Formats: sequence, structure tokens, C-alpha cells
Amino acid sequence: MQSHKIISSEDARRKYGLRVIGVLAVLIVMMFLISVNTGYIRLTPLELLDTLVGKGTEKQELILFQFRLPRIVISLLIGTALAVSGAVMQGVFRNDLADPGILGINAGAGLMVMLLISFYPTTSAAPVYLLPVVAFAGAACTAALIYSLAYKRHQGISPIRLLLTGVAVAAGMSAAMIVLTLRLDPDKYQFVATWLAGSIWGTSWKFVLSLLPWIVILLPYVIYKARVMNVLNLGEQTATGLGANVNREQFRLLAAAVGLAASSVAVSGGIGFVGLVGPHLARRLVGPKHQLMLPASALIGALLVIAADTIGRRILQPSEIPTGIVVAVIGAPYFLYLLARTKS
Amino acid sequence: MNQQAVSGSGLDEKAKPLKLRSRPWAATLILIGGLIALALGIAISVSFGAADIKLSVVWTAVFHFNPDITEHQIIRELRLPRVLGGVMVGAGLAVAGAIMQGMTRNPLADSGLMGINSGAGFALAVCFAFFPGLPFMYLILYSFVGAGAGAGIVYGVGSLAKGGLTPARLVLAGAALSALLSALSEGIALYFRIGQDLAFWYAGGLAGTKWFQLQIMSPWVIAAILGAIVLSRSITMLSLGEDIAKGLGQRTGLVKLAGTLIVLILAGASVAVVGAVGFVGLIIPHLTRYLVGVDYRWIIPCSAVLGALLVVGGDLTARMINPPHETPVGAIIALIGVPFFLYLARKERREL
Repeated sequence: MQSHKIISSEDARRKYGLRVIGVLAVLIVMMFLISVNTGYIRLTPLELLDTLVGKGTEKQELILFQFRLPRIVISLLIGTALAVSGAVMQGVFRNDLADPGILGINAGAGLMVMLLISFYPTTSAAPVYLLPVVAFAGAACTAALIYSLAYKRHQGISPIRLLLTGVAVAAGMSAAMIVLTLRLDPDKYQFVATWLAGSIWGTSWKFVLSLLPWIVILLPYVIYKARVMNVLNLGEQTATGLGANVNREQFRLLAAAVGLAASSVAVSGGIGFVGLVGPHLARRLVGPKHQLMLPASALIGALLVIAADTIGRRILQPSEIPTGIVVAVIGAPYFLYLLARTKS
Repeated sequence: MNQQAVSGSGLDEKAKPLKLRSRPWAATLILIGGLIALALGIAISVSFGAADIKLSVVWTAVFHFNPDITEHQIIRELRLPRVLGGVMVGAGLAVAGAIMQGMTRNPLADSGLMGINSGAGFALAVCFAFFPGLPFMYLILYSFVGAGAGAGIVYGVGSLAKGGLTPARLVLAGAALSALLSALSEGIALYFRIGQDLAFWYAGGLAGTKWFQLQIMSPWVIAAILGAIVLSRSITMLSLGEDIAKGLGQRTGLVKLAGTLIVLILAGASVAVVGAVGFVGLIIPHLTRYLVGVDYRWIIPCSAVLGALLVVGGDLTARMINPPHETPVGAIIALIGVPFFLYLARKERREL
């Protein structure tokens, strides 16, 4: 990791990092305002304020509170969860290219969600609060599967083998999913197809509520573990020497990362690349220290998803482009660029 | 003749010297047995389906065609082109994979993993959206161009990196590029509302194969496979390593160029007819090498036969799993291919 600027003292570095985080927060607020205004009906900033404090017309209230706000809040939460999940995975595996999408974790969560949905007569009948739980079960099983497949005696886990295994497992899961989806009736099939492409479909407050506990619990936990992650970054032996219980910490952090990824997959399908791009940009902006890097990743992820969602809704008014597609168009070239830069 | 195996990922201290053997008898057996099995597979495939048709009827439909009989119509217009398309595609993708693995000495090389299939697919999505009703001939040509562009990007990204084009890097670049291109194709499909036809086609379906497509595609595929057989001796040399090939007096650049061209033609034509079927080009060459040894003069024809068998069998399975619904054949083959890929990724040594 090279820092883009050499800053002499730790203190100055932290101040700079906090400033970056502040700027990101401002950008998110701006994006939020643009996003609230994206759609069929425009609201002037004044109307928006009026509606927010409860003085708007009934129509404005309906649009804002029932349609746009939940969607925006969900985008922000998903972006946060995916980016932090990616940051943790990159830290634990010490691999710059790790990301819940590439590693197949998202695919595993998606498969389980799809199975759950196919048991119910309509997509809306499925119990919302079960979705993240089921997704977590799927993601955890997938993570365990990938880990055990990539593990070799006397060698442990090699980063590149882990990625290859993840790619393969993701391909298998998608194939299984295709085989299963075709048994569904046409409207369910349509739903699953767009969902797989990563469209934010859970756009009501109940989805926000089902997602929130996961993030409220896991995100602070991971940030609280920032120090441990810094130590883990020094390598296994050094970390052990410094008194960290490496295996236990790795396991806990990974479980948190899987939980974050799974809960967001449950409401948004497979949005890839957020977990890859977020942490990378964060590292370039505020350096590798996790105390700053994790919050910065969270904000960048949130910004990325809300921006992608807004762009998707802006460009193609009637046919909404799934957010995942917009993110992939931004994220995949970046991944290729990273791949061309990193050494074998 | 012994050759020290070069380890692809990490140093393997205990690399055994691997014996380079060729088994012409086994190969001949596979060719004959495979062709018989293929004939059987075609027969079963034509008579099985939503309406079961007796084999005797199939026989008369093919050799004494009577347009007034519905069953004859079904066989002529739907099932025969479909199964022949499967044979073409299977043979084409397997040979493309064999050439790629031989030339690059990379055990994970496969047109599906290297972004070639998704490049061709993206070109087709663009064609469907912007030039609806293009003649099929042009579709095939554009999918060659797309295949070439996809291969170029993956190859370029892989080669730019320090440490060169390792197998793993190739796969990752291919995965990222496939993600990008399929996202773009999907975006185009949604915007232009061509999603339904594109989606099924993308997952690899033989259902829509038509005679005229076969007419346009088969000369390309047959010529490319014959070209591969002509090249096969040079590919065997290349598979020993570029230096050895050069030492034996081969013009490696020329061989590589010809080989790449053949791969692009085979992959492009296959994708244009059935969509992105992955893993055929990965599994079959490995299986063939295991059975017939390391001589590409045998590997290429045997790969063609076995690849055709795999796709015809996969298509048959895809139709029987959940009738009357069709399951994309690509998904079925991926389910077979993934465990195999995992096994390869775990193996340390290269055996090519």
C-alpha cells in the first residue's frame, strides 16, 4: 500500500482522514438530495423541506415517505454493509481482490433466498424478517464450503486459490439458481432475474427494519475490532507474537463480514464490486489504518450504491436498470485495473 | 523422454518428472466408440422430448421425408437441427479449449473463462438492440469480432501485470470481464426490452437452432476443426514450451496466430448459435489428455467427439429434468464443470 501523500505525524494524518470522512458525508447528503428528486415527480427543495416536517400535500407525502425514502435508506445501508464486508474480507485474507461478490458469498445467500421465495405463492408473501436470516445461513454455508475447498494441509489458505475457488463456487451457484428458477412461474422468474442482477427490490420500511438490526449490531462491532485488524494485517506470526488469538479473531471477523454481506443480499440481490471498490478507495484516501479506513469504506460504499441507484433511475425512466448493473459497469474496469497492477 | 514439470502456482518441491506418453490405440478406440455413442445419443435425442417418437419413425422422417406427417415435421424442423447444433457446438468449444490449453500451457484456459464467450455475447446483444433483423451471417461475423475483443482485453490485462499471465490471473481477469460485459448486455436488454430472448440465449440454449444457422455455421466450424488437426503437430511442440518449440525449428509466432484465429472462429460461431456455454472447453481436453496422452494429433479429434457427446448428453438431460420446461444446457454443463474446475484449482502441478 502506498499512501498518496507522505504525512509526517500521526496526528496530522488523523486530522486529514477525518476531513476526508467529513467531505464524504457532505457528498452523501448532496447525493441524497438529488436522489430524493429523481423520479416522475420533482419536488423543489422547499417542497421537500415542507414534506419532511409534515406540511406537504398528501401526494407528496406518499411519494416521499412510501417510495423514495425507504429506497434511499436501503441503498445507503446496503452500500455500507457491502463495503465494510469487503474491507474485512480483504483484511482477514490479506488479499486485495477479496469481495463478497467475487468470493461467491453473495451467490450462496441469493440461492437460499430464492429457495425461500419459491415456497410462497407470491413474492410479497414471503416473511421479510426471515430473508436476512435465511440469506445468512446460505452465505455462511457457502463461506464454509469455499474455505474448506481452498484449504490444503501444510499450506493453509493461499489467497489465489481462495479466489479461484470462490469464482468456481459462484459459477456453480448461479447455474443451480438458473436450473431452479425455470421451475417458477413467469412473473416469479422475472422477479428472480432482475433480483439476480442486483436490483433493490425491498423498497418499503419493513425491509429497512429487517436490515437495520444486522447493520446496527455488526457495523459497530467491526469498527470496534479495527485495532485487532491492524494487528492481523502484520501477518499471522507477528500478530500471534503480539498476543492476538489469530484464528479466533479471524473467525469472528469473517462471521461479521458474512452477516453484513448476506443481510444486504437479502434485500438487493447480488450487487457485486461494492465490497471491492469501497475499501480500495478508502485506503487510497485515508491510509491503511482500520480506525479510519472502515468508516471511510462505509461512506464510500453508501455513496457508490446511492449514486448507482440514482443514475439507474435517471437514465432509464420507465425501465429501471438494476443498481447492480450500474455498479458493475463502474466496478469491473477498476477490478481489471487492480489486477493489472498487483504482482502475482 | 522426461520433462520436469513446471509448477504453475507456487513452488512444488516434489515435482515428479512426468512421462510424456501417447496412446494411439486408446485414441482410436475412443474415436470409434465415441462416434458410435454419438450416433446413439443423436438418435435418442431426436426421438425423446415433449412428444416421444419411435425410432423407426425417426428413420423414415430422415430418409423418406413426408411433409404431411406432424412427427416428421417436428423431427425435421425442431429436433434434428437442435441435435446437430449441439454436435457442432460441443466439438467446436472442446477443440477451442484444447488448442488454448496446449498453446498457453495453462490448465485453466477455456473460452468461457477467458472472456471470449462473453465478448461474443455482448457483440450479439448490441446487434439485437441496435440492428434488429440483421442477417445471421452478420451476427456470426460480429460475434467473432466480439470474441476477439474479449480475448484481447483479458490477455492484455493479464500480460500487463508484473509476473505475467498466470493461470489464476487469467481466470480472474476473465471473470471480471464477463461480469462487466454481462452487466452491459443486461442493461442493453432491459433498455431495449429484448430481455426474454437474450436471457435464455445467454444461458445457453440449443432450442432455437435453425437449419439456416447450421448452414452458415457448419462450414466455419468444420474448416476450423480441420485447421486445428493440421496444426496439431505444431501445438504438441508448443505444449512442450516455447523454447523447445523454437529449438525444434518452429515459427512459434505463426502457429500461435493461426491457433488463436481458430479459437476465435470456433468460440464465436458456437456462441452465435447457442449462447454462452462454459466449461466444455475446460473439461473435455483434460479428460482427453488423461485418456489418450499428450499428442495433440490425437487430442484434437478425440476432444471434438467427446465435446459433441457432452453437449448432446447435456441437452438431453436439460430436456428431461423438468418437462415441458427447458433448462438451459449451459447451466447443466456448469454443474458438471464446477467440481472439475475446483479439482484443477487444487492441483499444484501442470500436466500439459
